[in-house]
Amino acid sequence: MSSETSDSTVEEKRSIATERVDDVVIRFAGDSGDGMQLTGGQLTNTSALLGNDLATLPDFPAEIRAPAGTLPGVSAFQVRIANYDIHTPGDAPDVLVAMNPAALKKSIEDLKTNGILIVNTDEFNDRNLKKAGYETNPLDGSGLDAYRVYPVALSTMTRRTLEDSPLDFKSRDRCRNFFALGMIYWLYSRPMENTIEWLESKFAKKPDVAEANISVMKAGLNYCDITQAFQVRYEVDAAHLPEGTYRNVMGNAALSIGLVAASRRSGLPLFLGSYPITPASDILHDLSRFKHFGVTTFQAEDEIAAVCSAIGAAYGGALGVTTTSGPGLALKGEALGLAAMVELPLIVVNVQRGGPSTGLPTKTEQADLLQSMFGRNGECPVPIVAAASPADAFDSAMEAVRIAVRHMVPVILLSDGYIANGSEPWLLPEIEDLPDLRTDFHTDAEDFQPYSRDPQTLARPWAIPGTPGLEHRVGGLEKEDLSGNVSYDAKNHEKMVRLRAAKVASVADFVPSLEIDGAKTGDLLVLGWGSTLGAITGAVNVARQEGLEVSRAHLRHLNPFPRNLGEVLGSFKQVLVPEMNMGQLAFLLRAEFLVDVESMTKVQGKPFFRSEILTKIKEMLGADNVN
Amino acid sequence: MSTETPTLTKKDFQSDQEVRWCPGCGDYAILSALQTVMPQLGLPKEKFVVISGIGCSSRLPYYIDSYGFHSIHGRAPALATGLKLARPDLQVWVATGDGDAMSIGGNHLIQVLRRNVGVKILLFNNRIYGLTKGQYSPTSEVGKRTKSTPYGSLDTPFNPLSLAIGSGATFVARSVDIYQKHLRETLLRAAEHQGTAFIEIYQNCNIFNDHAFTYMTEKGVRQDQTLYLEHGKPLVFGKEKDRGIRFSGTELEVVQLGEGVTPEDCLTWDEAAENPTLAFMMAQMLPPDMPTPIGVLRSVDHPAYDRQVVEQIESEVEAHGHGKIEDLLYSGELWKVASDGTVSDA
Repeated sequence: MSSETSDSTVEEKRSIATERVDDVVIRFAGDSGDGMQLTGGQLTNTSALLGNDLATLPDFPAEIRAPAGTLPGVSAFQVRIANYDIHTPGDAPDVLVAMNPAALKKSIEDLKTNGILIVNTDEFNDRNLKKAGYETNPLDGSGLDAYRVYPVALSTMTRRTLEDSPLDFKSRDRCRNFFALGMIYWLYSRPMENTIEWLESKFAKKPDVAEANISVMKAGLNYCDITQAFQVRYEVDAAHLPEGTYRNVMGNAALSIGLVAASRRSGLPLFLGSYPITPASDILHDLSRFKHFGVTTFQAEDEIAAVCSAIGAAYGGALGVTTTSGPGLALKGEALGLAAMVELPLIVVNVQRGGPSTGLPTKTEQADLLQSMFGRNGECPVPIVAAASPADAFDSAMEAVRIAVRHMVPVILLSDGYIANGSEPWLLPEIEDLPDLRTDFHTDAEDFQPYSRDPQTLARPWAIPGTPGLEHRVGGLEKEDLSGNVSYDAKNHEKMVRLRAAKVASVADFVPSLEIDGAKTGDLLVLGWGSTLGAITGAVNVARQEGLEVSRAHLRHLNPFPRNLGEVLGSFKQVLVPEMNMGQLAFLLRAEFLVDVESMTKVQGKPFFRSEILTKIKEMLGADNVN
Repeated sequence: MSTETPTLTKKDFQSDQEVRWCPGCGDYAILSALQTVMPQLGLPKEKFVVISGIGCSSRLPYYIDSYGFHSIHGRAPALATGLKLARPDLQVWVATGDGDAMSIGGNHLIQVLRRNVGVKILLFNNRIYGLTKGQYSPTSEVGKRTKSTPYGSLDTPFNPLSLAIGSGATFVARSVDIYQKHLRETLLRAAEHQGTAFIEIYQNCNIFNDHAFTYMTEKGVRQDQTLYLEHGKPLVFGKEKDRGIRFSGTELEVVQLGEGVTPEDCLTWDEAAENPTLAFMMAQMLPPDMPTPIGVLRSVDHPAYDRQVVEQIESEVEAHGHGKIEDLLYSGELWKVASDGTVSDA
């Protein structure tokens, strides 16, 4: 944590120093059943209401409840709280709360030197130490000397607090995460009111549970106050965020809201056909709750039925959407080709995860770009839009819908696990500023040709069943130009293949030029797409502070590329492309522009650290001081 | 149903596309029956949609002058489900074959049946793959010699009616391509059904599996091999109406009428029985020992899925009002940042 000013405010009657810091990274790590995601979420929400800028990184196992106390069962939630505009959840935590030995083992290497380590000593028994693979208790001896260690008997104190609670023993123990939260609230001077309100409303029907958690949280806060365990407490001031109304939002939630907003702005009822898959299922859950927005959700029997039902709905005049992750996109490939052939609007959301095959379901990756580009039989380009951050998922969803309905084409919208489950403050847009997506169906029967085209967008008319006089047939067989009748004619096939490609290419005519952050020409451009935005922006900003000249650009449109991309690439001596894959965007850039971009890759199921990209920037600029 | 009564004829449902099935194919008869029935349903023709998968039967939509969607192999029920949920006002028919529905699309078929989506499924069963030129299908009999089974097929075939009944289908019927009157009546019954209607149509492929159903359709034997199911009537068949079906223990048996055995001793057919056991037993009646039942095996009135989906949305709208984008965006815990940077609860 970067300390700016140290001020010796006297806190009430106790003389504990309060130190102001610009930002802090806190990680809660515990067993899957320890409620770490919830605890981190509460700290996040409370800090949001204090006006801090935030970024979060949940990290949980694929198993619902891996064996308790084991390394695979560790669930963690990292949040970065800052008084300035930040872009990532931080490379390394300043504070680590380890609820058991396994959590300590998995996270301790990440903790900053001299960082604060709070451990629940009650869980450091022989059984748990063995499960975590510790031969001796790491709390004994000098192994943790690099950190400020605060051993706390969290479980014992939770039990003592709840001696008179009507809850059973197991339920009482489950409150211990709130003891840890109370401690963090004290340490970082956060008010408890917001969490108290949340508990009271969440457990309105189980007041004993609410009461127990509140008592334990207060006990945690009081524990710090009374024992003076910490010599200093910290404050993180509000960030100077742009004027407006904010909420904290996770990527999947923002994407869901974006789809509903697009439905409203287009006047098309939203139909979601989906099959549950990690990490996309929350979109299905969210949209299922929005029935009063006229949203129909259909949990299909499989990925193929999901996309086909969405195509059927689109054929009928709905905004057809299907949501999935990589393996599901593979299954949807044939149907996506059908949508391209019948030229109906369709949104296919792919919340990417580690692959191939089942891969790493709960970990993030960007390795489906080439699947999105090429994963269909025949010549079948489709537009691809990628969200860059949790809040950006809202705008990206609206943009995907715009392209789909304006060009009558299936669009792939890429998100990933990091965006899906990460959160950030979202400056809420004014409704009237949202894009106008009003869409009309074709109704004029005179000279109706199902495959006639708009001269600009090359879209065919959307003529939905039930419209008198427009009866016609569509299907996956090659279409005759204009009439849409089945045609095996050689010349016609080539014409149609080229027309479908030209239609997708024409999307670029309606897409803004790629903006460059920094000088428009120079030695180095860092070009990214998707969820690497935060790490790239952070790294470039630090590089500039250190006097390096480096520019940055981020692609939202992966197919087609913005019209000026070739020119942008040509304006820099070197182009660095960091990606959480083996270089898929780099591959496309080399293929299309014959530019030898420098590919930087990471496939660990984890986002880039800012420092990793910074190091690479320095290396490429031949800067001294490379560390 | 629309209040208008458009006066449409069979011709109104004939598209300008040249029908390209092999001469003599049973598909012609099914197309003709459907084109005859559609104008009788009191709906304007733009309200009809025919959705198909892949295979010879799935070319049907091209030949009907309404809306049509020739989709991908096996997926027609999934497409039809999406369309019917988005547009319950449309009458949606699905044309499929034994390969399309029972093999690659098996999952979608059982799912649409269990959900009871208001679509009408015509299964053209010719017990062979036609469009891929003659491989055995999931309804081909054991031992069938085809291009892909030169030594005889080993697969136990599906019984489509049993599969449908087992999936919870609310309307299950069988007819035969050349039994035109019966086929039209059965299509009409399907059109009137609110949930999923499933009709297996025995259809002759005269190129790759000719005479598959001759054992029952040939003039001389038809009456003796076909059992017409009629609701509320005893199960009696034969040229002379001299045989019937009755229970023998827990099995069904053929009994010779006369000598004290009357039609009243035979089973009285009840297509509306909620318990599907008897319908399943009827589906399992197989030649040569038993006649082949045709007609409606099961017709029960369960709420259609598409109707329920719409009602759930309507009741939510009624409970919460029609949602506004503002409510969606400006929800949860909000805070305001003023121009001077001060933060307050919103």
